[in-house]
Amino acid sequence: MAQRFKTFLISNGPLLTTILIFIIVYIVGGQLYPAMQKSQVFFNLFINNASLLIISIGLTLVIIAKGIDLSVAGMIALTSAASAALLQTGMSAYVVIPLMLLMGIVIGFVMGWIIHYFKVQPFIVTLMGLWFARGMAYIITLTSLTINDDVYRHLALTKLYLADKAYVYIPTLIGPVLLLITFYIMKYTRLGRTVYAVGNNEESARLMGLPVGRTKLIVYSFGGFCSALGGIVFSINLLSGYGGYAPGMELDAIASVVIGGTLLTGGVGNVIGTLFGVLINGTIVTILQFNGTLSSWWTRIMVGALTLIFIGIQSLFYMRQKHS
Amino acid sequence: MLETNKPINQNDLVVMEGIYKSFPGVQALENVNFTLKPGEIHALVGENGAGKSTLIKVMTGVERQDQGTVFLEGKEVFIKSPLHAQTMGISTVYQEVNLCDYLTVAENILLGREPRKAGRIDWKGMFQRAEQVLREMDIEIDVTQPLGSYSTAIQQVTAIARALEVSNARVIILDEPTSSLDAHGTEQIFRVMEKLKKSGAGIIFITHFIDQVYSVSDRITVLRNGKLVGTFETATLTRMELIAKMIGRSLADYDDMTAIKLETRKNIKEEALLSTDDLGLSGAIEPFDIELHAGEVVGVAGLLGSGRTEMAKLIFGIDQPDSGVITMEGQQVEEHSPLNAIELGVALCPEDRKAEGIADELTVRENIILALQAHQGWFKYLSPPKQYEIAEKYIQLLNITTPSADQPVKNLSGGNQQKVILARWLATNPKLLILDEPTRGIDVGAKAEIQKLVLLLAEEGKSCLFISSELDEVLRTSHRIVVMRDKKKITEYTGELREGEIMKAIGGSE
Repeated sequence: MAQRFKTFLISNGPLLTTILIFIIVYIVGGQLYPAMQKSQVFFNLFINNASLLIISIGLTLVIIAKGIDLSVAGMIALTSAASAALLQTGMSAYVVIPLMLLMGIVIGFVMGWIIHYFKVQPFIVTLMGLWFARGMAYIITLTSLTINDDVYRHLALTKLYLADKAYVYIPTLIGPVLLLITFYIMKYTRLGRTVYAVGNNEESARLMGLPVGRTKLIVYSFGGFCSALGGIVFSINLLSGYGGYAPGMELDAIASVVIGGTLLTGGVGNVIGTLFGVLINGTIVTILQFNGTLSSWWTRIMVGALTLIFIGIQSLFYMRQKHS
Repeated sequence: MLETNKPINQNDLVVMEGIYKSFPGVQALENVNFTLKPGEIHALVGENGAGKSTLIKVMTGVERQDQGTVFLEGKEVFIKSPLHAQTMGISTVYQEVNLCDYLTVAENILLGREPRKAGRIDWKGMFQRAEQVLREMDIEIDVTQPLGSYSTAIQQVTAIARALEVSNARVIILDEPTSSLDAHGTEQIFRVMEKLKKSGAGIIFITHFIDQVYSVSDRITVLRNGKLVGTFETATLTRMELIAKMIGRSLADYDDMTAIKLETRKNIKEEALLSTDDLGLSGAIEPFDIELHAGEVVGVAGLLGSGRTEMAKLIFGIDQPDSGVITMEGQQVEEHSPLNAIELGVALCPEDRKAEGIADELTVRENIILALQAHQGWFKYLSPPKQYEIAEKYIQLLNITTPSADQPVKNLSGGNQQKVILARWLATNPKLLILDEPTRGIDVGAKAEIQKLVLLLAEEGKSCLFISSELDEVLRTSHRIVVMRDKKKITEYTGELREGEIMKAIGGSE
């Protein structure tokens, strides 16, 4: 039993570390600012970071497959601008939303296709994707467009009350639901395990007879889907669309994924960890907001430092595992 | 379309007939025949460049043969890719295992054909199945752990298990499986091989350990210089015979060289140019003493992995010795580095010219002046006319066949590439020239030329350390022979060089 427990600790070390850090950061915050102990503050983490969680889930899969997707925040901006523009023409939200998701899948697929078949670095291809998405968003509109669609307003303003009078909004739930689905796919389907194999060693995966190309295309398409979904949630939250939205959010997403225990070198990772990566990010922001005097840029510095520490811990951890 | 003189035995797993394969500048395989029977362990042996890996590459679809036919269980097949070979039941397990080390052992065995329940992976069933497969091979480990946490031997067994389970492999090729294993790991692999053999699979075992050939194999196929030497029953072939077949020997055109050798012997200087005293590095080579004289060619004979290259690396300062000293021209060498060695007048032509020596895209001229320029320091730039002068001089001197000095080296044949490397080091005017397998992978004519060249260099007063896996060649070229075995200098021969005796020293007495 003790042996079992030890192996469990070793194989889930990075994930447990992330959860532990989240708890510590949250408790410290609660001690400093007792108002943070209210349950609504906790749920606000989910409300405020709904888009970040969604794009980070997509990004987790891409990184596990040894890729990277820098286009995620650009896609949020493009989706918000495009959907706002379409809704202003009077198009139904029930048409706009599927259309946006389809656009995300197509852009993700094209990037994956270029990466796989032309053997271009994912970094370069998705950087182009980022520019394309932001550029298109600004071409659609140079100013912020308001959304007055009834469906969007309904989704944005309906509060769902949970225990203790705390509430969340409907779009807040999308991230957690997506998380559960993705967790299942990654753990219990051949596709999920193949993603790990491809990220671990693409050549080996090919020699093992696994469908490497197809898997990579699916992963990038899923990444695009998540970005578009994140963009829809983002525009529902703000009820507007604009090309300048979510500046630099791709870096928050990468940081969340890494803090969540996913190896940037591929093959190892978990979406549950990503959830806690996002929550840690959100908690730091919350603490700084409660403080009120510190510059909000401290968030970036703190998150940057944490990311660095985590990458350090990871290399040590996997180096040791290799040698044992 | 099928034209065969003799009918193919339907029972044979693999039959390869008249296989030819050439690469630019070298005939890698020439009319090679090979047969693998079910339920046998077939050792494939030969020195570097003998054609073992090319033969395997043809069999597994990595390379296509120029000529010849491959039959699988009596049917002619065209193997398009390694994956295609796998689907037909031919699996290769490399020394470097091609699996995913972060995934569990169970996944590595079963991924792609994992047990499922209602569409989802049945982890419990997968672990049980993997355990069962491994237990059949007498291996009991926790299959839920990442593959990377296990030894190389276990990883190889896992690869074998995958080959059996997912590809239903009938032919299993083990490419140097034991070269990085300790005794225990080797024992594990051997046990698994015996099990497979009993189940009727055919196993091709590539190794350079003669002992291991005799402990497990049923038959042995020997290749040399891309040609088939023969296939033998292990039980009827003695160790000495096997080694003789691997390294080859012929007395043809022996006299010509002997004359030059006798001629040059007079010029050998009395005092040592370089000598080592207890020079060694634990794990690489045991402490050895060697004396090299100006005007002399010292041959180093021994099988692959006997410590030949390690000796060269220590003398040239690539590896730092942990014991002993080197004395060059009466002065103890203080600093062990290639830079210092070059400074002292030592040059090394490395074994793998593709990986370590030749700069493929550069021209003949650029390759030749590379070392000289480095030797002079980058600030004393050699003017282009001077560069051409040097290049032309060596092209003529070494008889390098090239349209011009501006030809990219990759367009030259293997032998000429080798001469370019030789020219590069000669240009620095070294006192001691270490040649590690200078004739590997080049054709016979070019070989003879390089051998003669080495003797001529000695005549000019240079000292040469000539390392080769072909005993024949070492015998022909050297004034003195040092024999290496098991990372140890065994003995030295001067004067009348008797090949029988040397061969015994190389193989270890029986």
